[in-house]
Amino acid sequence: MKNKERKSRFLQWLDGEKDIYAGNMEMRPQKEYISSPKLLSRQEHERRLLTERANDVEHNRVYRLYKAAYRVLALVFCLSFIFLLLLEVSWLPPVGSAANPDNNEVSARYIEKGMQETGAVNIVTGMILDYRAFDTLGESHVLFVATITVLVLLRKDKGKKEDNDRVYEPKNDTILQKVAFILVPMIMIFGIYIILNGHLSPGGGFSGGAIIGAGLILYLNAFGFAKTERFFTEKTYKIVSFCALSFYCLAKSYSFYTGANGLESGIPLGTPGAILSSGLILPLNICVGLVVACTMYAFYAIFRKGGF
Amino acid sequence: MLEWIRFGIGSFFLFIGMVIFCVQLFGVFRYKYVLNRMHAAAMGDTLGISFSLVGLMIFSGLNFTTLKFALVIIFLWCASPVSSHLISRLEVTTNENLEENCRVEGKSAEEEAE
Repeated sequence: MKNKERKSRFLQWLDGEKDIYAGNMEMRPQKEYISSPKLLSRQEHERRLLTERANDVEHNRVYRLYKAAYRVLALVFCLSFIFLLLLEVSWLPPVGSAANPDNNEVSARYIEKGMQETGAVNIVTGMILDYRAFDTLGESHVLFVATITVLVLLRKDKGKKEDNDRVYEPKNDTILQKVAFILVPMIMIFGIYIILNGHLSPGGGFSGGAIIGAGLILYLNAFGFAKTERFFTEKTYKIVSFCALSFYCLAKSYSFYTGANGLESGIPLGTPGAILSSGLILPLNICVGLVVACTMYAFYAIFRKGGF
Repeated sequence: MLEWIRFGIGSFFLFIGMVIFCVQLFGVFRYKYVLNRMHAAAMGDTLGISFSLVGLMIFSGLNFTTLKFALVIIFLWCASPVSSHLISRLEVTTNENLEENCRVEGKSAEEEAE
């Protein structure tokens, strides 16, 4: 009987019908703090005394000692640091010597067998996106995490109006619009060319993506957020970045599955020099380029408006 | 002989470009006000760089690289004056004490907006 009642009480509390503490516990609202004028004046006096004593530099022995010791220690620290660095430099191997540790079998292998193994004419891209593709994956993730952090710090909540001086920026500038009308397509095409030619000529995902991002920023500056938000919003950014990064992740995981020897895949390498060659490097370049372009644009939009 | 003439003309253009860059650098650090400094900087970005690139074009002769140099000049001449124009416009719209620094004629941008 009693047990049953208690249980039902518990259920009642769980459902929020009855507060078991109400009426059983002593509850008293806190008294409002009222300070007397006498106390206030005393506090003010003490505060003034404290600041006076803190700012009285000339009669403060500890402060003078600290100042002198600070100077001496800073000098000692700087000199010892310079000495350590110079010592370190004197131990470095001479520039250009054939016996240097960086002239080892790794770089020799990259130069000799790079094109044959990765299919990329540009050895640097072969290294970045094939031998060291895992490292590049981390770099892309660093960019993504940086954008998210900036978004957390600078995002402006919707519906909350704040005063800012961004409204005074020049808008609808005719000269800028005419120039952007000519330049933006050329910049975009150049960026796409650099990304697609990453395995043939200098360039690749990072540089091409940066160029495309700059083109997007120019377009935004010339025509305003209303035009860019028709095709690029926060949702687009999330989808594009997520898809690119997860595709990269899957490709790299596949290479781990096959033995972690570069990015070996079932895709044929093709003839070196052709645009559709070198296996997974081209799609990975496109992924990196997408992430970098979106990140550049997102950074600018967040810093300018606090969201996009 | 022709090679020497080409070298002479090319280095002459390159030298003029360098002189203009020096003048630009001097002006940027000599002047104190934004619009004056912007004027000096924009001069180097258009005239100085075009002289230098014309000198390099003459050095390289008629080939594909020359065309690329010409494209670089066109791009810079599009981009650099426009950026200077934007800076000056931003200064005019945001500086409240514009009359202290330069003579203002006509209506300001805020009055126009109203």
